[in-house]
Amino acid sequence: MNKNKEQLLNKRYKAEQRFRLYGLSAIFMALLFLTIFIFKIFSTGYSAFQKTWLIVPVTFDAELMMLDQNPSKEDLQDADYYDIALKSMADLDLNANEDQENELKRMVSYFFEKEIKNELLNDPNLIGKTKEVYLTASDDLDQVFKGNYPRDLPEDQRRVSDYQLKIFDQLVANGKVESKFNISFFTNADSREAELAGIASSFMGSIFSILVCLMIAFPVAVLAAIYLEEFAPKNRFTDFIEVNINNLAAVPSIVFGLLGLGVLLAIFHLPRSTPLVGGITLSLMTLPTIIIAARASLKAVPPSIREAALAMGASRMQTTIHHTVPLSMPGTLSGTIIGLAQALGETAPLILIGMVAFVNTIPGSPMDPAASLPVQIYIWAESAERGFVEKVSACIMVLLGFLIIMNLFAQIIRHKFEKKWS
Amino acid sequence: MRKNGVKMIKIKAKDVDVFYGKKQALFNISLDIEENQVTALIGPSGCGKSTFLRCLNRMNDVIDICSVKGEILINDFNINDKSCDVVRLREKIGMVFQKPNPFPKTLYENVSYGPTIHGMAQSKQEMDEIVETSLKKAALWEEVKDRLHEPGTGLSGGQQQRLCIARAISVRPEVILMDEPCSALDPIATAQIEELIDELKKEHTIIIVTHSMAQAARVSQNTGFFHLGQLIEHGSTDKIFKNPDNKKTQDYITGRFG
Repeated sequence: MNKNKEQLLNKRYKAEQRFRLYGLSAIFMALLFLTIFIFKIFSTGYSAFQKTWLIVPVTFDAELMMLDQNPSKEDLQDADYYDIALKSMADLDLNANEDQENELKRMVSYFFEKEIKNELLNDPNLIGKTKEVYLTASDDLDQVFKGNYPRDLPEDQRRVSDYQLKIFDQLVANGKVESKFNISFFTNADSREAELAGIASSFMGSIFSILVCLMIAFPVAVLAAIYLEEFAPKNRFTDFIEVNINNLAAVPSIVFGLLGLGVLLAIFHLPRSTPLVGGITLSLMTLPTIIIAARASLKAVPPSIREAALAMGASRMQTTIHHTVPLSMPGTLSGTIIGLAQALGETAPLILIGMVAFVNTIPGSPMDPAASLPVQIYIWAESAERGFVEKVSACIMVLLGFLIIMNLFAQIIRHKFEKKWS
Repeated sequence: MRKNGVKMIKIKAKDVDVFYGKKQALFNISLDIEENQVTALIGPSGCGKSTFLRCLNRMNDVIDICSVKGEILINDFNINDKSCDVVRLREKIGMVFQKPNPFPKTLYENVSYGPTIHGMAQSKQEMDEIVETSLKKAALWEEVKDRLHEPGTGLSGGQQQRLCIARAISVRPEVILMDEPCSALDPIATAQIEELIDELKKEHTIIIVTHSMAQAARVSQNTGFFHLGQLIEHGSTDKIFKNPDNKKTQDYITGRFG
């Protein structure tokens, strides 16, 4: 009998140990996946924060720029920079033939003319002189410099020619190639050229969409939750509403996109591709999330607090406004932020309402066309150029950073404002 | 309190029935409650004594499925009448609950809440006065006067309950309902509250639901015994405890069931 009992006890201990082991390995697995994912993103994406520049001597020849003597500011603005820009690239190899000169030109971004112009506008005294100017390298050379480009492929399968590589290697050897922090990734809008593409438009688009979404979803959801939880009679009709709100939370987001397309764009003719429409569509999606979170936190307020207030002679509204709602706010707010974080990562509905359009301007208001971060990831991931691969990862990093900050904020609100009651 | 030897009746319940859905919880309760006396309601768990107590300030309204029939006259006014305003009623009839339930706010805000919503103070000074007298009457002032702006939930259980009493008396109610106010407290805190109840009855009519017969005997002048939703017997505490008319009362008092 005693021996049996001991065996049973041992068995129970062993079972518990096994159970702990399962739990630990589950956690380990989850962490492993996360680490692999983050490692992959970072290892591909970090190089996008660096940009390669070619340092090219440019001669600001007044004649080539069609400038008179003592040109005014306007003259400088209107001057022709294309020829000196072309010439400075061609001069990298004095023996180049016409084809090779073309190839030399393609070693920098098509922005090179403007970069040279800006140099002169900053310092008009440069006319007639020669100065080394930083020019954005083409996305392919950028990748070559970062070591992401397969140089050993046969030439006809590469976008970079042997000739370009030869010149580039000479420049590298002379210290005329430099890598700097890629500011333009954060200040430029999208571009067809990978070396010039940035996230400014989609970042602002995301922020505007989220703001619109917050301003619509939060008040509507909180009022709905308060009414349902504190005032509505419990009957079949309110049960029906509750079931439907829960159903709404489970509706695939693309359906909301179709709704936005069919109602907001087709019937109300709101401006296409704008954060306004995106935000409204996202708010439909966020609404049930916030309602459910708000109701849960209203429910979690102990009934004794309500009774205390009612017994003091507070009306139902006073009880709700003075006691229940403030106590439920931390939960409601963190639910809201989680809903917004979800909306921030949403792609499908935005594609349907046209936020997938190529936007190369930075929106100044929710009424201007814009992309959003997840859609930007989608657009870039579809692009064939090698230069966009790292941009995709970098954009994901920015989006993840944004999400982490929001979730952190939710945690802080929860901990800071949560009140303990006995 | 007796005026010229005549009992002053504060609350008069006539044929009160309470239903939770289809289930009847109270049957035909008729009970008179004397002014400025402590009335104890005793009985085994689930006998309906708390339900009856909650009828007196219409707290049962909060429960959707609960319906109350019959008349409850307070100052000769039927509170179950449609014309009765619940907010005004609860201003006159305070309540202290089983578990101390201070608001998760400061001590000061806890006590000043009632006077604020009922507009009883014209100035900050008046409010300070109300808070101070209420806390003094609840025998809590000396312990907390230096930390009025700390959270009320930081107090000990007994102090929290006295805070709840201070909160209840801050609006100068005529009646105070107490629903097992000491059941979550230790004997010392219980003794303090009982002393307090004795003091409070000078100005308020008190109705206390209690599980402890000793407590009923100590604090009350009148006692009602409930069993299975019926008021079996009521009368002066002396009589109920020493010489009850009903066999069931006798059995309960002597601990044969309950």
